[in-house]
Amino acid sequence: MALRVEGLSVRFEGTAVVDDVDLGLAAGSVLAVLGPSGCGKSTLLRTIAGLERPAAGRVLLEGRDLARVPTHRRGFALMFQDGQLFEHLDVAGNVGYPLRLRRRGRQERRRRVAELLDLVGLGGYDARLPTTLSGGERQRVALARALAVEPRLLLLDEPLSALDRGLRERLAADLHDILRAAGVTAVLVTHDQEEAFAVADTMAVMREGRLVQQGSLADVWAHPVDGWTARFLGYAEVLDGDRARTFRRLVAPDASWEAVALRRSALRLDPRGSLEATVEEARLTPELVRLRLDVDGLGVLPGVASPAAVVRAGERVRVSLDPARTAPLPGPA
Amino acid sequence: MARHRHAVATALLAALPLAALALFFVYPVAGMVGRGFVPDGRFEPGAVLEVLARPRVHRVLWFTLWSAAAGTLLSLVLGLPTAYALHRLRFPGRDLLRAVVVVPFVLPTVVVGVAFRQLIAPSGPLGGLGLDGSAVAIVAALAFFNVSVVVRTVGTFWESMDPRREEAAAALGATPWQVLRTVTLPALRPGIVSAASVVFLFCSTAFGVVLTMGGLRYANVETEIYLLTTQELDLTAAAALSVLQLLVVTGLLVLAARVRRSPPAARTARLLPRPRWTHAPVLLWTALTLVLLLAPLASLVAASLRRGEDWGLENYRALATTGADNALLVPVTEALVTSLEVALVAASLALLLGTVVAYLVSRPGGGRPRQLLDGVFMLPLGVSAVTVGFGFLVTLDRPPLDLRSSSLLVPVAQAMVALPLVVRTVAPVLRSVDDRQRQAAASLGAGPLRVLATVDVPAAWRALLAAAGFGFAVSLGEFGATSFLARDDDPTLPVVIYRLIGRPGAENFGMAMAASVVLAATTTAVMLAVQRLRGGSVGVL
Ligand SMILES: Nc1ncnc2c1ncn2[C@@H]1O[C@H](COP(=O)(O)OP(=O)(O)OP(=O)(O)O)[C@@H](O)[C@H]1O
Ligand SMILES: [Mg+2]
Repeated sequence: MALRVEGLSVRFEGTAVVDDVDLGLAAGSVLAVLGPSGCGKSTLLRTIAGLERPAAGRVLLEGRDLARVPTHRRGFALMFQDGQLFEHLDVAGNVGYPLRLRRRGRQERRRRVAELLDLVGLGGYDARLPTTLSGGERQRVALARALAVEPRLLLLDEPLSALDRGLRERLAADLHDILRAAGVTAVLVTHDQEEAFAVADTMAVMREGRLVQQGSLADVWAHPVDGWTARFLGYAEVLDGDRARTFRRLVAPDASWEAVALRRSALRLDPRGSLEATVEEARLTPELVRLRLDVDGLGVLPGVASPAAVVRAGERVRVSLDPARTAPLPGPA
Repeated sequence: MARHRHAVATALLAALPLAALALFFVYPVAGMVGRGFVPDGRFEPGAVLEVLARPRVHRVLWFTLWSAAAGTLLSLVLGLPTAYALHRLRFPGRDLLRAVVVVPFVLPTVVVGVAFRQLIAPSGPLGGLGLDGSAVAIVAALAFFNVSVVVRTVGTFWESMDPRREEAAAALGATPWQVLRTVTLPALRPGIVSAASVVFLFCSTAFGVVLTMGGLRYANVETEIYLLTTQELDLTAAAALSVLQLLVVTGLLVLAARVRRSPPAARTARLLPRPRWTHAPVLLWTALTLVLLLAPLASLVAASLRRGEDWGLENYRALATTGADNALLVPVTEALVTSLEVALVAASLALLLGTVVAYLVSRPGGGRPRQLLDGVFMLPLGVSAVTVGFGFLVTLDRPPLDLRSSSLLVPVAQAMVALPLVVRTVAPVLRSVDDRQRQAAASLGAGPLRVLATVDVPAAWRALLAAAGFGFAVSLGEFGATSFLARDDDPTLPVVIYRLIGRPGAENFGMAMAASVVLAATTTAVMLAVQRLRGGSVGVL
């Protein structure tokens, strides 16, 4: 493990904003800490960076406790949502900043800056001032600056949140590739599950200061620990009680779980399907038709149909169920 | 059509303050300068040039420059760490300390001069240092005044600076010192330059302090103009210096306007950190600065409570009298009442005119005419108050405008001095109102007056009150112009104080101390009230 966080708690004015958090991260991997606004993600990241003092717990890098190491000696790099470029320096000045701190020669600096700007797709932007850059370009510069001295750990605080959707998706893919190409170990915090999925290998879900789940992307996605986590990850519906038991009889009569989460596409319009339902509402979206279905025996549930299908509210239809798009929950809903 | 009507309305509105400025500022100043250039009805520019070649004038210019530069430097050295402590850290009592720092700036210059002299006089607490009448003392007094300008100007910049930029640098490996040098100071530069230029301006045009402390040895341009007009009656030389000062100061103002940038809008209010032990040096420096700011005041209060070897309220009781050997024509209490009345009128005038100007210059669009208007009303900052006062005396004493015996003479002059500060206080607030709010109100059916009442006034009423208070405080302490215009039988408090310290006798000296304390307390009370109301910042601060 390159980075270990053990029992970390941070308090502001008496309240625990980060509460007994344990984390582990292998060298070269990217961890996404996912949680809603205000859950303490940024505080966790800042504490790892040494900008906040923990009330309890330790941060270890390669087994060494960092408690007495000030931020600037940790050899990390921190990148914020809005980049925090130095407005008085041009792009090359910003990217070269950590190199200058380390007294690298002018030649080397110039070479490395060019290399980094190429890496983030901004070759030739050296002399531009930050104020003349677009949001996406600013973030790329910030990323290049953070990567300049091969940080032992890269900390990213919602690096893409300030960007519009299309740009965010593109830059998330780029970020994924750039991080892999640079081979850095990184922690990314975000409230956007798509960003987490696009960039990270492993994921930790945070709620009100506590980590509720941690694991590989696929694992967390397939097996959310409870209803809250499932909803937060983008599951459309969580069933419990009688509805869950009815549902269990349909998909896994031998299992014993008491709650289940369904993705929107778990129920699909299908003439050969095994369930019958009444369409309550049908809404066309660019990729599919979103349905609200009153399923016999199960009640109102979301579903989908292909855009080619013609469905109207009030119609009786048959639907099929895809168990792979459901997730039984070990805990309560 | 509507556009046309709008333009006419704007022009009419602008006419009022412009007429006032022309009549009560440009005309008197031109009259005073004209007298110097055209003695005995003949235009003699040669005489003016000859003045500039005098060795004494060179000495005065040199002293003005270096004392202002040293005062600015000292203000920065004391003020920058204090700005950090008071605007980037959070600790109990911080708000009170912020208020304390502002107090010296609003103190009447005469009071500051008196307080310093008291502190360093051979008999005073620091008498052993032998600073009495020295240039060091003058520089220290200049800095005493202006530390607050640095703390406030730079402090607001510092406060609105996103700390994450510095954190990003620290995470990239910058030591605290490197962060300061490569990130913090460059980001603060506009604030520092702006503070330094304003402080330099104030230091180089300081009047009361230099007059009370400089004695016969040190004079700056401002006090020299005063001496030339009142003692030596050399109007040509006074006019030459006035014009020179006007040119230099206008240049400085233009420069300051270039670099002045309002601090970036504050980001999401984050809680500031509490001090850690690493902040100890900054906190110590701040404490030292505060002690330096409070020492003269404490010593002033102490002196006001002492007569000879005895302690008591004797000096305060004496304020109801005319002093030893009838040093004054009226009791000090009466002068206080006069001061308050005058200040009330002056503040009202300055507020009325200043608000109109602020309203006009803060309209979006308008381009050059607006900028010009803005600049024109800053002029009183650049002209020696002494010139204004003397100008009043020589131009407004005969038809078409004979105000010699009018009780409005003093308040009008003071209003002119306070005008730029009022504009500076109100305009930024009006300017910060997003024009789309006005458009939204208009689209919902609000007429122009309704927009004004529902959008601008709610945004600006605090600033208006602050400006009124600020104008009041400035007028209370105004000495440069008033010293010419106040009649002996109806003086204001600063004039009385100056007269008292010029008279012999422990009783008169004690009275001057007590009167200074009263004046300082009054101004401070007004400013603290303003401080409570203040939305943004006050005036040039
Ligand atoms: N310096 C501070 N002093 C006091 N409370 C703080 C401080 N910093 C953060 N908090 C509080 O701690 C909680 C967690 O804040 P944090 O910034 O870590 O949340 P976050 O998960 O990053 O949220 P977001 O997604 O909105 O950025 C919030 O309730 C916040 O108000
Ligand atoms: Mg955050």
